[in-house]
Amino acid sequence: MTDTTATGRHLPDRLDNPVKSAVLSWESLLVLVALAIFIANSFASPYFLNEWSLSDMTFNFTEKALIALAMALVIITGEIDLSVASIIALASTMMGLALQVGADTPMLVAVGIGVGILCGAFNGFLITGLKLPSIVVTIGTMSLFRGVAYIVLGDQSFKGYPASFSWFGQGYVFWVISFELVLFLVCALIFYVVLHHTNFGRRVFAIGNNATAARFSGVRVDRIKFVLFCLTGLMSGLAAVLLTARLGSTRPSIAEGFELEAVTMVVLGGVSILGGSGTIIGVVLAALIMGLVTFGLGLLNVPGIVMSIFIGSLLIVVIALPILFRMWRQRKA
Amino acid sequence: MKLFKLMAATAAAAILLATPAFAQTRIALVVKSLGNGFFDAAAKGAEEAAKEIGDIELIYTGPTTATAEAQIEVVNSLIAQQVDAIAISANDPDALVPVLQRAQQRGIKVISWDSGVAPEGRSIHLNPSDIGLIGETIIKLAADYLPEGGDVAILSAASTATNQNAWIEAAKAVIPEKFPNINLVATVYGDDDSVKSTEEARGLIAAYPDLKAIIAPTTVGVVAAAQVVTDQNLIGKVNVTGLALPSEFKQFIDNGASQAVALWNPIDLGYSAVYLAKALVDGQEAAPGATFSIGKVGEVTLDDTNSAAMAAPFQFDKSNIEEFSKIY
Repeated sequence: MTDTTATGRHLPDRLDNPVKSAVLSWESLLVLVALAIFIANSFASPYFLNEWSLSDMTFNFTEKALIALAMALVIITGEIDLSVASIIALASTMMGLALQVGADTPMLVAVGIGVGILCGAFNGFLITGLKLPSIVVTIGTMSLFRGVAYIVLGDQSFKGYPASFSWFGQGYVFWVISFELVLFLVCALIFYVVLHHTNFGRRVFAIGNNATAARFSGVRVDRIKFVLFCLTGLMSGLAAVLLTARLGSTRPSIAEGFELEAVTMVVLGGVSILGGSGTIIGVVLAALIMGLVTFGLGLLNVPGIVMSIFIGSLLIVVIALPILFRMWRQRKA
Repeated sequence: MKLFKLMAATAAAAILLATPAFAQTRIALVVKSLGNGFFDAAAKGAEEAAKEIGDIELIYTGPTTATAEAQIEVVNSLIAQQVDAIAISANDPDALVPVLQRAQQRGIKVISWDSGVAPEGRSIHLNPSDIGLIGETIIKLAADYLPEGGDVAILSAASTATNQNAWIEAAKAVIPEKFPNINLVATVYGDDDSVKSTEEARGLIAAYPDLKAIIAPTTVGVVAAAQVVTDQNLIGKVNVTGLALPSEFKQFIDNGASQAVALWNPIDLGYSAVYLAKALVDGQEAAPGATFSIGKVGEVTLDDTNSAAMAAPFQFDKSNIEEFSKIY
């Protein structure tokens, strides 16, 4: 695991052979897991190795993974956002309302993303402005945002989205490569550059490792946190556009449970839940693994209950593995 | 390495779980969520139909959480498996439409049952029953045990409940023609709330001393009314009937507060869904007016929206309540 706290404290670690540290890294472990699951899937089901099957598989994770990218940054700063799924519900409901008053496709997309940013800004204001703990605030807004959606819709639904809008969730850029997948890959690249190759990214890590020290070093901690919550709002809004387009309809129960799956992807991707470390590549790989596992087990008609047990165990195993490994190394040393 | 052992074990488990798939017709019964007695019972009926027809591999599946998104993932994996037919009880009538349309484009026959999807997403929808049949059944349930006729009253859910109001209208329409000696004296509303339903049932008994039966076409109201009849020692004098969940209502059949109640039978529903799916796979066309055979349950005719009503609600009495109370 590339633990930045550790590299800070144990300077000699820097002198490690870069090849060796890359091999031992969390990401290479995830690559191995992904490959193993891919191979297991190909043997287990004759339907897996088919371009359309693989394309369908990506729909199982793209929307959640988009949120996970932003969630990773929030968690690296030591905060969390549990309201993301409810932001999707509210953004989707507002898009539905906009549709009722005759909004066209670009307008619908703007509404979805705009509502997402506003929700994120609201979270960010409560957390940085009023100094409330993010877990409390976002548990509150989780009920609040979805509650508004329920008030607007009740047991009704919005439907009749234009075909040009549906393309965002159902369309293909070329061959079997869906728009959702392309968008996810582009966003992943942007997040990778931002987190690992900009001052902003370095400050995100600094806040997660020691917010007080970061503040004394001149990092505007609250402003960065505020921006990050707006960013999860934005990505949730984007996910709302994709999901609404894919479902072709809005119901207040839309995207229920997405927040936990997004957090699972982030943690599985090697981001420390305590903040301070993590990589975007890890999160992308974790999203891929989740998609491979759920789709692979789905092809075998494994009941969903078994699937959740499997994902839960996978999470515990990959979290426990490096800790066990470290304990084993310490005992040897 | 520990991880490889894990992966090897996973792969082995996965291969064990993969059942050979060489039966001639593969029909997937997709439910709202697994671990629900109602749907397990439907799967039992579906298995029965699959055995009767022969050469069918039945895939009983569904998500853990009853959401449209999770159900779409299930349908996606069924499309990839190139099943012949999907029979789905949908978590959302609209959100499943795009993915089911894709299934149809790839040559998979799609029907919905229990909870339907919009007509664009399926060929046939199978309702457990229809308004007319339910309206007639709830009166018949009371009339069967009142050979001399007499006063009956209806304890409904909310006065705005669309389903209940439609059933009550249908019941009122059928009384003069088929049950002339049944006298419907009042319709009261318990709002599907135990306390309010109890009060309303007490009020009925006080206001109509000759009342012979209380008909409650709601699972909440029927339990409340039966409890009132039990508490006031009116067993044998006032018969409670209506639509009830066997598991909730068994005690009142046992103690005699009720002679019989009715509800949809999930076993027959799963059974009929498989028959319809198989008929479509065999090339029968789904069009308004078309008639389909559904084995021992009988036959159904499609209406203008290609929907069909399976049968009148299934009756539960002393002879079968024990068995069904274990199911749902």
